[in-house]
Amino acid sequence: MDAIIDLLQQNALMPRADMARLLGRTPEDLDAAIAKLEADGVILGYQAIVNREKWDTDKVYAVIEVKITPERDGGFDRIASRIAKFEEVQSCYLVSGGYDLLIIVEAASLRAAAGFIAEKLSTIDAVQATATHFRLKTYKENGAFHTFESAPERLSVSP
Amino acid sequence: MSIAIADHVRDIPRSGIRDFFEVVQSMGDVISLGIGEPDFATPWHIREAAIYALERGRTGYTSNLGLPRLRRSVSDYISKHFGLHYEPLSEILVSVGVSESIDLALRAILNPGDEVLYHEPCYVSYAPSIVLARGTPRAVQTHADDGFALRAADLEKAIGPRTRVLMLNFPTNPTGATMQPEELGKIADLCVRHNMVVMTDEIYSELTYEGAKHTSIATFPGMKERTVFLHGVSKAFAMTGWRIGFACAPAPLIEAMMKIHQYAILCAPVMGQDAAIEALERGEQSVAKMRMEYERRRNFITAALNEMGLECAKPRGAFYVFPKISTTGLTSRDFSLRLLREKKVAVVPGTAFGPGGEGHVRCSFATALDQIKIAMKQMEEFCKELR
Repeated sequence: MDAIIDLLQQNALMPRADMARLLGRTPEDLDAAIAKLEADGVILGYQAIVNREKWDTDKVYAVIEVKITPERDGGFDRIASRIAKFEEVQSCYLVSGGYDLLIIVEAASLRAAAGFIAEKLSTIDAVQATATHFRLKTYKENGAFHTFESAPERLSVSP
Repeated sequence: MSIAIADHVRDIPRSGIRDFFEVVQSMGDVISLGIGEPDFATPWHIREAAIYALERGRTGYTSNLGLPRLRRSVSDYISKHFGLHYEPLSEILVSVGVSESIDLALRAILNPGDEVLYHEPCYVSYAPSIVLARGTPRAVQTHADDGFALRAADLEKAIGPRTRVLMLNFPTNPTGATMQPEELGKIADLCVRHNMVVMTDEIYSELTYEGAKHTSIATFPGMKERTVFLHGVSKAFAMTGWRIGFACAPAPLIEAMMKIHQYAILCAPVMGQDAAIEALERGEQSVAKMRMEYERRRNFITAALNEMGLECAKPRGAFYVFPKISTTGLTSRDFSLRLLREKKVAVVPGTAFGPGGEGHVRCSFATALDQIKIAMKQMEEFCKELR
């Protein structure tokens, strides 16, 4: 299972026949294993990694640190899920350190992002404070480089 | 006036790989399975450590034997991974790749006419290095039907009164052969009985598959004191261009090798040595990741070759497959040249690794999967068209 997830994370679009061959399994066996991973909720979905420097460049991305007051029953979970449900929120994590939630927000414009933060996020009772960091440039995302790293040059035949 | 070349140098043939390389170079858009080095760049943490060392101004000569810190790292690494204990101050020499250590050891051991045995098909440098050290090379053939492992019985037949050295390279370039410990033990017994020195090039030892555990011949009884254990960072850590290898052997032999090394080379490049420290001390995870990737590609390429009718065993080590192509009716060289001209795929003729490689070609799977896929498709078409 580890190997299957590893290959899917590298390239979920790899033809199943190739994947089966790499793992030394039959395609049927592999399909069944992947179907099980999906059914068990281990694999939640498959997405493209888009170069944000080249597509939808007007969109605004922000990382927001959120400090919240945990609730007596349920700790951070209920507030976190309330925040996570906003469609602007792409990712939401509970983290250790000086604040509690780290959320990644995507909005159509700076105005829309500001509106979300000021009117939705900050007004939630349990939210004590927020600190917003707007993304200026992406260098690496989900393991894929946006800017540097070129393929190493090799001799065409070597001993 | 033409400068006369020394007889023993003039008589050495150029590497068959070199010839083939020049043909490939003259063509564009070739997919090459002919490359004997990892397709990965050196893991970033190793490169970064080397950059840091340069920033600190570590740019001078090192001790002839290599940085003491590196020799301690080598000693710890070999102790952990091979169960062999070498004294960092006197039993380890850092050289410019394993190739230099092979040359040093041969020159330090051989008197003119001493015979050196090696198994074939094998790495291209062994026979010429023996000749350059004024020794007499003698090949022992290995066979596809037992995965190109060396049979102790075949070795025994080749041992003569002037035999002094046995050279081993398991896992093997070009066949990917590995040795079972039982057979290796029999070979060790022969070496002790016939008082032979063993030079064991274990550069691919981290790259073994299906959980196969590598055993060094130096671990057998009576062997360490007659073994030159050769290893380096090139293959497992994807560091071919850094040129760092090391030789581990009894102190008097290291001392003799050091004399040649100090006059000819002085020391291995310091930036490579600094990078090697990082590799050996913190590179294990990077190696595991690359090994996993190679193992998958190995599965892919062997399945594809067998499906197109080229019989190919799954190698248990290194990153080469050595399929049989004699069923096509072509020689290794013709097969490789025609495949290159007609389908723009480069593989290396088996004969580049000795006459025993006839009937086979070497394909490296240290190549990105998308390239391997295209190459396999082209080779399949080529084989179909031959029928």
